[in-house]
Amino acid sequence: MDVNELQKIFDPNGRVWRIWFMLAFNEEIPSAPVPAPPRAVVFHNGFPNEASRRKAVTSEQKDRTDIWVESLSRVRDTRDRAAFAELFEHFAPRIKGFLMKSGADATTAEECAQDVMARVWQKAEQFDPSRASVATWVFTIARNRRIDMLRRSKRPEPEDLPWGPEPEPDQADVIALQQDSQRLAAALLDLPQAQRDLIEKAYFGDLSQSEIADITGLPLGTIKSRIRLALDRLRHAMK
Amino acid sequence: MTIQHHLDDATLLAYTTGNLPEAFSLIVASHVSLCDTCRSAAESMDAVGGALLEDVEVAPMGAQSLPRMMELLEDTPAGPLQRYSKGVLPAPLQDYVGGDIDSIRWRPVGMGVKQAILPTSKDASARLLFIPAGAAMPDHSHGGTEMTLVLQGAFRDDEGLFARGDIEITDENVTHTPIADISEDCICLAVTDAPLQFKGWLPKVVQRIVRI
Repeated sequence: MDVNELQKIFDPNGRVWRIWFMLAFNEEIPSAPVPAPPRAVVFHNGFPNEASRRKAVTSEQKDRTDIWVESLSRVRDTRDRAAFAELFEHFAPRIKGFLMKSGADATTAEECAQDVMARVWQKAEQFDPSRASVATWVFTIARNRRIDMLRRSKRPEPEDLPWGPEPEPDQADVIALQQDSQRLAAALLDLPQAQRDLIEKAYFGDLSQSEIADITGLPLGTIKSRIRLALDRLRHAMK
Repeated sequence: MTIQHHLDDATLLAYTTGNLPEAFSLIVASHVSLCDTCRSAAESMDAVGGALLEDVEVAPMGAQSLPRMMELLEDTPAGPLQRYSKGVLPAPLQDYVGGDIDSIRWRPVGMGVKQAILPTSKDASARLLFIPAGAAMPDHSHGGTEMTLVLQGAFRDDEGLFARGDIEITDENVTHTPIADISEDCICLAVTDAPLQFKGWLPKVVQRIVRI
């Protein structure tokens, strides 16, 4: 099989080839201070609405963050079913989407999403708004259920901190954490497409770095340095 | 004591995204239990997952999904998290051993060194190692990646001194002879994705027998 045939199978739209092109550009960027990410024109031509769609999501997310902490606190404190329904309507379709992106079929993804939401209801007391956003907490539950249910393997968890969530966590900590989460979301949207792509593959694709290398045809070293650059950028944005 | 040797980003990311073999997840969870720096790094990577979840393409749930769910909700909250260990083994390891170091079922492998293989999936192996104070592990290199987490005592090799909570990551290019510190018997968790290769024929024969 020759190179062109392989490209047709793994890269029908030439997307990987463009990512590869981006990588060649970004390789020279020092990690700190991080200059404005060079946007390769080819991406904006290819996905004209991407940037504007994402900007809109960010400002919307800003207003929502408070609501979810509030809803989850109501579930925790008064077993508030209406608050749970709000959480369900927001998060269940996202969990299902995340699982389907990881390769689950729609039925399994829906079952698994329901199961995750049942745990959200059950474990509300374990949520600590000074350590994680609601989305992050839901992500960890979904990630663990995916490993249990879809991969049938185990992922041992670290032990808990000796101090659990306080009944009334310091509001300043909660607000600081929410602001961090918003900055992180914004920084993720600002990542060069090539880096964001690999981060998404790592999180959603259910793939190790060497499996990503097999699929994209990118050298493993490039993937590692790309992911490292992406994480450095995120870290820099959080300073 | 501060932990000097930490996990690398690639390993933490693979742990966060659920892409590590069980044995490696176990050593990551054990290190993170002891190391606040890596705990916070792991939580940051969880936060990236949270941000991606917010932004993922939604897949609508079936119309009956929420009403059915509301019927099934039970008012039996799981209660607060209280899984932590004051002993030598952090909680994730205690889950595998069934208790602290007193519960480890050691098997001698010669020269006073003992090991206990932990039951994990076959794609990688995890074992606890006991090295008497001042004793050396046989000279060995690795067919793949090996991670070693110190739980008690300390050992020293070409890379430096490793004490409780420190993790050493070596690959196939490294041949090393860890020597346990004289102060105390050393207990480590060692995880490999390939069997160790010992130099010299005698350890090789032993290796076949004891599955080190």
